[in-house]
Amino acid sequence: MIVAQRKPFEELKSFIADKKKVLVVGCRGCVTVCNAGGTKEVGILASELRLDGQAAGRELTVDEYTLERQCDPEYIEELLELVEKKYDAILSMACSVGPQFITTRYKDENVYPALNTCFMGGAQQHGIWVERCQGCGNCVIHLFGGMCPISRCAKSLQNGPCGGSSDGVCEISKEVDCVWHLIATKMMETGKAETEFGPAQPIKDWSTSRDGGPRKIVREELVK
Amino acid sequence: MSDFEPRIIAFCCQYCAYSAADMAGSMRLQYPTNVEIVLMPCTGRFDMLYALKAFEGGADGVYVAGCLEGTCHFLEGNLRAKKRVNCLRDELKILGTEEDRIRMYNLSASQGPRFVEIAKEFTEVIRELGPSPFKKNLAA
Repeated sequence: MIVAQRKPFEELKSFIADKKKVLVVGCRGCVTVCNAGGTKEVGILASELRLDGQAAGRELTVDEYTLERQCDPEYIEELLELVEKKYDAILSMACSVGPQFITTRYKDENVYPALNTCFMGGAQQHGIWVERCQGCGNCVIHLFGGMCPISRCAKSLQNGPCGGSSDGVCEISKEVDCVWHLIATKMMETGKAETEFGPAQPIKDWSTSRDGGPRKIVREELVK
Repeated sequence: MSDFEPRIIAFCCQYCAYSAADMAGSMRLQYPTNVEIVLMPCTGRFDMLYALKAFEGGADGVYVAGCLEGTCHFLEGNLRAKKRVNCLRDELKILGTEEDRIRMYNLSASQGPRFVEIAKEFTEVIRELGPSPFKKNLAA
């Protein structure tokens, strides 16, 4: 999933400093799963904004709505009825795709991102999310014991580890496992180190990643 | 602010604080009428939004009363509630008000007098802090 976290409250407050009518829009996709922008988080943010408005003694209406997803036009269309109520600002609690889709559909609206989109990853346990994919566009984890050195190595090394690996952790932080240590250990433990651990990887072609510019996928059989 | 009577919402676990309140009643112990009790199946059911809604609705203070640590009927509901309360205390600071407007208490079902003590103590804390800043515009 795409993992995100809420922007600091002060920043969100600054977005709506001079606004009187605000709509907070959640997303039932990834950000619900990572507890950043689902119905509950929309409720909490809206409530905090209302309380802050009350404390400041200013007129502020904050409405709440959560869409099935914010990354599909048909769901964005659902907002039409609400948008017609003329909000001064729309805070989107989705990954940054959401506010972009909303602002593209409703050009006159002031749309702000309420979350910082962080990475693609999963929940190590409830409340702890870790990065597992960088979207390089050419998955090679099968070559590395099922672990991704692109996203999990600080240097994205394909022929690691580097000299910064010590006691299984990366030099950037003792909290970060050296993925190359994990890969090598797994390969040795499963007896695949000699047979399946291939020769040095060639230089990676990054044109499928961001180096090729913004990416797009077209599947003719699905396009109307 | 001597005539200020705070409105306090207490989220009480049925296995301890709520039973303790019952016991206080049976023992004819008086506790401040400022405290309004909300029954919870376990404080693990306590949601941050409940407290925020309480403040939105005009509460001056909120407390969550769960079982003594290590004795939760559902093992760790009270520990989870404590984390949420701590998180809310931080949020209250960010919102520019006193973190003590929300507190977590722990007691057992047999502690009727302790329930009364907590109700009195928290009411005094909130009385000292004064009315909630979130109530300024509430008349509307």
